[in-house]
Formats: sequence, structure tokens, C-alpha cells
Amino acid sequence: MKFVRNTLDKIRPAFEKGGRFEKLHPAYDAFETFAFVPKHTTPKVGAQIRDAIDLKRMMMTVIIAMVPALLFGIWNVGHQHFLATGNLEASFLDKIITGAWVVLPVVIISYAVGLGIEFYFAVQRGHSVNEGYLVTGMLIPLVMPPTIPWWQVAVATAFAVVVAKEVFGGTGMNILNVAMTARAFLYFAYPGDMAGATNVWVYTGDEKIVDGYAGATALGIAADQNTTDALASFGSFFSFENLFIGGVPGSIGETSALMCLIGAGILIFTGVGSWKIILSGFVGAYLMAGLFYVIPGGNAFMAIPPHYHLVMGGLAFGIVFMATDPVSAAQTEVGKWYYGFLIGALTVLIRVFNPAYPEGIMLAVLLMNVFAPLIDYYVVEANKNRRLKRLNLKTA
Amino acid sequence: MNLKLKKGFDINLAGKAKPELAGEIISETYSFKPTDFNAITRPKVLVNEGDNVKAGTPIFRDKKNERVLFCAPVSGEVVAVNRGAKRFPDEFKILADKEIQYVEFPKHSESEISRLSREEVLEAMLTSGVWPNLVERPFGLVPNPDNEPRDIFISAFDTHPLAPDYEFVFKGQEKYLQAGVNALQKLTKGRIHVCIPSGSSSIFKSLTGVQIHEVGGVHPAGNVGVQIHHIAPISRGEHVWTSTPYGLQQIGRLFVDGRYDSSKIIALAGSEVIDPKYYQIKNGISIAKLVENKLKDSHYRIISGNVLTGVKVGTEDSIGFNHNLISVIPEGDQHEFLGWILPTTKKLSFHRAFGLLSFLAPQKERVLNTNMNGEERAIVQTGVFEQVLPMDIYPIHLLKAILANDFEEMEALGIYEVLEEDFALCEFVDVSKMEIQRILREGMDALQES
Repeated sequence: MKFVRNTLDKIRPAFEKGGRFEKLHPAYDAFETFAFVPKHTTPKVGAQIRDAIDLKRMMMTVIIAMVPALLFGIWNVGHQHFLATGNLEASFLDKIITGAWVVLPVVIISYAVGLGIEFYFAVQRGHSVNEGYLVTGMLIPLVMPPTIPWWQVAVATAFAVVVAKEVFGGTGMNILNVAMTARAFLYFAYPGDMAGATNVWVYTGDEKIVDGYAGATALGIAADQNTTDALASFGSFFSFENLFIGGVPGSIGETSALMCLIGAGILIFTGVGSWKIILSGFVGAYLMAGLFYVIPGGNAFMAIPPHYHLVMGGLAFGIVFMATDPVSAAQTEVGKWYYGFLIGALTVLIRVFNPAYPEGIMLAVLLMNVFAPLIDYYVVEANKNRRLKRLNLKTA
Repeated sequence: MNLKLKKGFDINLAGKAKPELAGEIISETYSFKPTDFNAITRPKVLVNEGDNVKAGTPIFRDKKNERVLFCAPVSGEVVAVNRGAKRFPDEFKILADKEIQYVEFPKHSESEISRLSREEVLEAMLTSGVWPNLVERPFGLVPNPDNEPRDIFISAFDTHPLAPDYEFVFKGQEKYLQAGVNALQKLTKGRIHVCIPSGSSSIFKSLTGVQIHEVGGVHPAGNVGVQIHHIAPISRGEHVWTSTPYGLQQIGRLFVDGRYDSSKIIALAGSEVIDPKYYQIKNGISIAKLVENKLKDSHYRIISGNVLTGVKVGTEDSIGFNHNLISVIPEGDQHEFLGWILPTTKKLSFHRAFGLLSFLAPQKERVLNTNMNGEERAIVQTGVFEQVLPMDIYPIHLLKAILANDFEEMEALGIYEVLEEDFALCEFVDVSKMEIQRILREGMDALQES
């Protein structure tokens, strides 16, 4: 590390004011602060000591929480591949290798494109590179179906980073969750590739799908007009257990509710993700689904037992990793209860009643991102009113 | 009232002062710094270089708050009036006499103080130098004697890291404390509230004429702002004055002994102090003398005040007017390889993000340095400010209102109820490494000017 330090110190003058690469200072700074915590000390007046936390460590914690979902996703992509192609004897290692072959390029593209844009904006604006993208760069691949063409990953990432984040001023300023924006962009721009109901979301490579393998997702079946009894159509493949563990087709990282729960555990234990949002999100979805379940009649989707809703599709992933994004979520503690609850409830509402698209988490998160400031507004307004009331009591 | 505060965070630093008074420290020169007070805008210097002054001789006043006279803490010769930007008098330096001469003020017995009129008490306090021991809220100003305070609050314990133990410092001083209370009673039609730690057998319990409140919880339970917020919050148009036992003691001495005696017992503490103890000093003592031969041979930072709200000082500086602690901790100006991700049990964190293991041993005494532990970033609302601020206030929203210069919003969100010290823990735990106390002060300054 002495060598790294010396090298950094040696090339530093070129990146400072008057140096040859003066403009690239944010890029140099990003690399330097990645290797070393800078020697900045606290200012003369004010807190003379600071907490050991910084944004980098916070973001890394979220990434670590996503690792179980990523690893499971890699395995599952391989698993689904061999199920679809009829090779039931494939080993664990085969599945991992096949999955990694599909997933890792998507991860690399997401980071390369996103960080490239972040560095460009940092250099242009002359401010330091924010760490927010470390998380977004991992979220984007996990919400992509394994069959996604690489160029679409690149286009969606670029769109989301520029339009959802940089135009608002970068990390901390965005209104919408960046990864969900990438996903929504693809959904509306290339619906043919993104609609899980009509498309097979399983990586097949150049092999043929064997007969009898449907390849649909549980949500696809439930939303299908021809389905009369969703649970019967699910069969043993889409059993609650299998949906919970996640050995089913779907986007790379979102199939396993179990892995999302492990991630939720990490986020809640470390305090990085709000337990209020996660808990109220699941409660909201469960109550909404329960309400539909007890109402007689309606479509096949309504008749699905509420606990199935929690493990199907991307709900768990969305609530744990997307809804808890501190920048786009509600910022008041009271507001977080409403925010999480409504995301859960809206997700189920959209699932059940929107014939065009069987999954609702994406739209629910984006919608609530937009409404989060409104929720906060009322919570803060109530605080102001308490103060005002006190004043009026005195003057009256 | 019994309060139990759940929110907050205790920072347990190594190097607490042993309850042992190691004698008096005397320095050659003493300083008085108008910059120790907030919002002094029209300074008027009342002495010239070369003048001889006594302890209690007026040397300075603010034309905006004319009746308040700031007085010399010791007797001697004014050797320098150092001026800073816009010729603002930053510092008065007094070469102290061997034997301190005091300006004589009338002496009173305890019952006599109670018979004085408000105007008599005001006059004595305003002209003798003890007045600036009071702080006016909102904004943390030197009180304007024309604003009659709704109440006066005194916190009889300090929960800041390394803070002096008031039970030790004020043992045997009950006479002066009570005299101070008796004088303050004349200034308000409201009450004198004194807050003590819950469940303690505090010496402050014996004070009469005050309302005693027991406050439990971790820091900032000892912050008077937090106590006011829960006992009787400040609304627009109200003034509340606060003081400390140090202030009570000096006010008491003025009425009992008839002089402005700025002596106080302070703590010299921190991991870089060889033998942390208490010392008797006079206001404005030079830091060089104070720390002489008492510090380790290390790379350290000297702080006048505590590590959350204090000021970095050099040996050429002096102790701040309202400070009763000198903290000495390691300077943190070193790079740290991969320091942002390696697990650490040494560094303290309120958070439990990956690798921050200090939560495993919350009681452990820690040696913390002055490194920022990261770089300044855009505000990311992590919800953590609310966990260390035991007040019904939305800190992020208030800070944003200040940054946006939105005065109405600042008022509505409760800026009148807070001072920098109340937000100091927010600054400590902040992921984005903002200077929150400075932002808050800028907001309060802007609001006063508007």
C-alpha cells in the first residue's frame, strides 16, 4: 500500500490546479479516496470528531445485502436454463457457470455505462464522484430478465442515470429510484422483450426448449385470461415453497423471496434500510391481497391466497431494495409507514386489476417515489401545526 | 417534572478527568475575546493599549446591546487589542498583576439579595462582567436586559464527552449557587428551572426557589435546549434565558463577595493528556500555560470546550469564555488505506453499517482522532439525525429551509428552539459530513438580520 500511496502522490500534481489533467481531478479523487480515506480533518469550529461512517461504507453495506440475491440469481439462471433444455442431470457447478456467463456481462455493462456517465458528469461539473451508483449499478442487473439483450441494458442504464438522476443534480437529488427507472424505461420502450407473460424469460442459449416446459412466470399464469384457477395452474412447480426459495423463472435477482429476506435482515440490522418501510410494505401487500381474497367472484388473480403474493414476482426484492432507497423514499419516520404500506398495497392492486402488466412493484415504487414528498409534506405540516397551536394557545 | 429521553448517543472517550483538583494555574496574560459571543455587530472598545484595569473594569461593549458591559477577568495592563476583519476587536490581552485587584461592588447577605429590586440586580450584573454568563434563546445571544425572560433554565449536568462533573466542581459552593439563584429570581416573573440527572443525589437538589426536574437518558439529555423543549418550549416572540452552574457561581460571588471573580474549576481531559485532572483557572487563561508539561509527546489537537461543540485552539490562544473543559485528542491528518471498508472495532460509530463494530462494545472508552472519516457529500436522508435529536423537530427539513434562506419555514420548523449544541450529534453521525452547526448558525444570523 506504500507503493499505491507513493504512486498517487507522484501523479497528484498533474491533476491539481494548473496541472495537465486538471479537469480530470474528480476522477483522480474518486480513485484516491477509493484506496485511502483522505487525511481531511474536522474544521476549526464544530464537531471535532466524526463518526466512522461515510457514504461509501453505507453503499457497500447495501451491495453486501444484495449479494445473496445475486449469487442465487446466478445459480437460478443456470438452473432454469437446464430445466428448459431438459438437462436435469446438470451439476451445481454447471448451473453456476452458465448463470455467471449470462449475469456477469450484464453487471459489467451496467457498471461500465453508469460509472462512465457519473465520471463524465463529475468532471463536467467539477464535483467529486458520488457513491450512489455503486448500489444502482448492482440493482439494475438484478431487475433485468436473463434474456435481456446487452445493448438494452446499456441504453436503459444510460437513460436512467441521465434522466432520472443527473438532470436533477446527481446522488441525493433524484426523485425517482434510478434502477426502477431503468426497468420502466425498458418496459415501455421495448415491451416485446419485457412482458414476462408472453415471453419466455429463460436463457436458452442456442439450445431448444423441451416439450412441456412452459417457461411462464407465476404472475404471467395468474394474469392470463384463460386461467380460471390460478393455484391449480401453478401446479407443484409454482408451489409456495418453490416460489419462496426462488427456483422459478423471473428477473435475475428477484425470484427468491428468501434471499431478499436475508438482504432485508442485513439492511435492518445495519440500520441502512428502514425497517418501517420493509415491514409496512409487506403488511400492505398482504392486507390488500387478503382483501381481494375474501371478496367473492372476480378474476383468478384475486383468488390467490395473500401469502402467495409476497413471494411471487419482484415484490420482495422491490420492497427490500428499491423502496428503502433513502433518497427517493419518504424522509420522515411517520411518512415511511405510509410510504411502505402504499407500495405494498398498490403493487397488489396493479397486479390484480391491470390486464396489461401482471407485475405491479415497478409502477408502485415509481408512483410512491413521486408521492413521497407529498406524504412528507403532510407529516411536516403536522409538526408545524403543533408548534403553531402552542403559540396560539399562549396568545389567546 | 421527570423526563426520560430515549434518543441520543453517548460518546465515551478515553482520558476523563480524575475527580482531583490539582491546584491553580496562573498565566502571565489573560484574554477576553468578543468573538466568543454570537451576533456582536457594533463593537465599542472602552480601553486603550497601556491602560491599567482591575478585574471587573469594563473593556468593551456592543452598541446594539448597550447596557451590557464586558469586563476584564483579571487586573493588569491592557497590552494588546488585536483587531481582525473590518477592525473588529478579536481579542483583548491583559498582562496580569501578581495580586489581582478587584473593582468593589456592594456585598449582600442571602436575605438582602432577595430584597433587592429587579433594576438593582440588573445594574449590578450588567456593569460587573457576570452578565455574559447568561444566554438568551432564541439564537444564543448575550441577553438584552430589556427583554424580560419567560423563564430561566439551568442544566446542572453536562453529558458531553469528557465534560466536567458538576457534582465534583461545585461541591462546597452551594452558598454562591443559592445567591446566584436568588439574584436571577429578580429577573423573571417566570420560574427558575434546574435540571439534574434522574435518580441522583445531586447537590443542586438543596437549592431553594427553583423548580427541580430530573432528566434521564444519554447525551444530549444534559443540553439545556433539549430540556427546555420538553419542559416549556420556546415559541415565537418569547425569550428564555439560560445559564450554567458556572454562571450561578459567578453571579453569586458578585452579590456575596462584591466582586467579579472569574475563577472556575475546569477539566483538562482527553487521551493525549498525561494525567487528566481538574484545575482552578481564571477566565481567558492562555492555553500554553494551561497545558504546559501536561500533554503526551504526540501529534494532537487542543480543543477549547468539548469535542462536539468546541473550537480548535493553538497554544497562543486562550480558553473560551463559556468553556469549562480543554479536550486534547489525536490529530487525524493521516491517510488510511481502504479505511472506508475495512472492519474496525476501534473507530466509534452510531451506525452499524458493514464493518463498523463499535456497537459490540458500547461502554468501551475510545481514543478518537479528528479525521473526517470520509468526504463531504450531498445530503442523503438516512433517518439517523432523528435518532440522536430528542426533540419534536425535523432536522433535515430545518437545515434545508436554512440552505434555501426560507425564513418562514425556519420559524415554522422550530429554529427558535435549537442552538448549535443541540445539533452537534447530528453533525457527528452525518454520513454526508456536512458542517451542520455552521449551517444552523448561518440560519440564525440570517433570521436575526431579516
